[in-house]
Amino acid sequence: MNELNTLIFTATPLVFAVVGETISEKAGVINLSMEGSLMLSAMAGFVIAFETNSLLLGFLAGAIVGMLVALLIAFSSIRLKLNQVAVGFVLFQLCVDLSTFLGNGHVRIAGPTVQAWSIPLLKDIPVIGPIFFEQNLLVYVSYLLVFGAWWYMFRTRPGLGLQGVGERPEAAHSRGIQVNRLRYIYTGLGGALIGIGGASYSLSVKIGWSFQHTRNLGWIALAIVIFGGWQPIRAAMGAYLFAGLLTAAQLLQEPLPDLAQVLPTIPFPLMILTLVVIYSDWLRRLTDRFPTLRAVFAGEPPTAIGTVFETD
Amino acid sequence: MSWMRPLGRVLIPIVGAMAFAILLLLLAGANPFEALGLLVEGSVGSAANLSDTLTAWVTMVLAAAGLVVTFRAGLWNIGVEGQVIAGSIAAAFAARTIEGPVAVMIILTMLAGLIGGGLWGLLAGTLRVYGKVNEIFGGLGLTFVATSLTTYLIIGPWKKAGVASTGGTDPFPRDSWLPTIGTLRVSIVAVIVAALAVVAVYFMMRGTRFGLRLKAVGQNLRSAVLFGIPNKRYLLLAFIIGGALAGLAGTIRVTGFHHKLVPTPSGAHGYLGILIVLLAGFQAKWIAPIAFFFAAIAVGASQLPLQMEVDSSLGGILRGVLVLFVLLFGGWQARRAGARLVADAAPPVVPATPGGEG
Repeated sequence: MNELNTLIFTATPLVFAVVGETISEKAGVINLSMEGSLMLSAMAGFVIAFETNSLLLGFLAGAIVGMLVALLIAFSSIRLKLNQVAVGFVLFQLCVDLSTFLGNGHVRIAGPTVQAWSIPLLKDIPVIGPIFFEQNLLVYVSYLLVFGAWWYMFRTRPGLGLQGVGERPEAAHSRGIQVNRLRYIYTGLGGALIGIGGASYSLSVKIGWSFQHTRNLGWIALAIVIFGGWQPIRAAMGAYLFAGLLTAAQLLQEPLPDLAQVLPTIPFPLMILTLVVIYSDWLRRLTDRFPTLRAVFAGEPPTAIGTVFETD
Repeated sequence: MSWMRPLGRVLIPIVGAMAFAILLLLLAGANPFEALGLLVEGSVGSAANLSDTLTAWVTMVLAAAGLVVTFRAGLWNIGVEGQVIAGSIAAAFAARTIEGPVAVMIILTMLAGLIGGGLWGLLAGTLRVYGKVNEIFGGLGLTFVATSLTTYLIIGPWKKAGVASTGGTDPFPRDSWLPTIGTLRVSIVAVIVAALAVVAVYFMMRGTRFGLRLKAVGQNLRSAVLFGIPNKRYLLLAFIIGGALAGLAGTIRVTGFHHKLVPTPSGAHGYLGILIVLLAGFQAKWIAPIAFFFAAIAVGASQLPLQMEVDSSLGGILRGVLVLFVLLFGGWQARRAGARLVADAAPPVVPATPGGEG
């Protein structure tokens, strides 16, 4: 019980990040800088919150850092026609180094923390209450974000527009949707969420700052987005699954130290397996025979991901 | 003059990146000119420092040379880091299990590294060609698999005699260390191997039937099919060659630098290779000088009067800003020229969608 509560708690930064990246990729922009922008925003979030003694400003700083990095990728793709992967990759390395350099003065010091706050009434629900509702505000926001993002994407008109921008930009354009403008907006928004994810790591889960504080978290988030089939709820489930793996690794540290070391990298083979299964003829035959299964396995990437859209 | 344009394209971003670095140094409270002096002194100022720079140069050059092959085939081989690590593991295996005179061990460990890296590349290639898994995601995933395999070997089957430690395995037998002269750390053998590799890649891409066909595959998959070039085989071959060269870099990291298997044997030199190739506009001829510059920054930065992680991060920032500025400036120039793409600076046209080639 206690473990499940911790699991939800520790997965929260990842949840923000995977939803942010999902939104960005849905709009057709892959933010490959995530490993770096998550780290830089974790640093910025902690340093600003420490210096101003304001958690809110810390999260704002994280969001701004994440958004600026994401907008730079969008700009270089949309205006300069550069490859998103190239720019994202360079920004990954740059942000990691910037976080080390700029965060140097704030290594391993205590700072402000998001306080736990249980939701009255809801926390008294048997079983569910202690797991989901004895957390902090950040965790509750992440629940709303996951369901909100899902609702927006799949149940609203602008959400359909978002999918159109990433799937068939030409068709979206001919229906009067401003493709590139929406790409800026959604990539920026996605980046801001990644930034909030970074800040929530250093202000709520593993409090403070140290060199490479969020090491590998961004790559894991990138893998989980794929594992989640570009769908917010499934991506969030992937984040919880990963937190579960970490918990299992901790429990196995004593009896099976070798396995415990290897367990946290499981998302990567899982990601590869997911991609192999998605594209396999075997799955195509299966879903052709049982169309209802399509909803379960649907998980192809947005068609226009990584491409440049030109109006002329 | 054909070299003027790329020079100008690089010079302006270099000035921009330097300005940025100076700003950061001022922020850190260091005297920028003193720091620059220390950087030069620390990287090429003495025989020992130059030898350290060359040691770093060797692995960067090898990884980058392999990347030219994959990039020119239109592949974003971000998994190069894992291929370097796989080469390190294979070379460590050879060094730990085989006994022989130095000359034999040099050949065998390098062969092992070539095979290890090549197989790891082939794995990403197979996933891409037969599983339609985009090489970016496949490569990243395989890198982490290689990393955890390394950790597993170090704390498991290959653990240090006595107590397992994440510091690495026991040192290899002396005969499998790359030979060095005097107290200098650089091995002439390694430098020669790296130089040969970059020259070989240059001529392969330029003058051979294989290289030209590979470029055709990279530029346009569909028309390559029309010309009867067997796409799949060329893509797989590119992965094998790229991976093998990365694996050779991995070999030299463990036999010429660490002398044992450590948790991150690559030292991120695979990732640095990507930056080098991006900066080189995917051309083999620019690799050696750019890699030297990168190696000099990496080694020289460690002489700065800053804490350990901070100094190397400063070098990293300088490299990152430089590559970013070159890319952005190149894109901006192309836009101004009204051209959609600058032919020689543009990334190869690759489908960023997993399995985009269908």
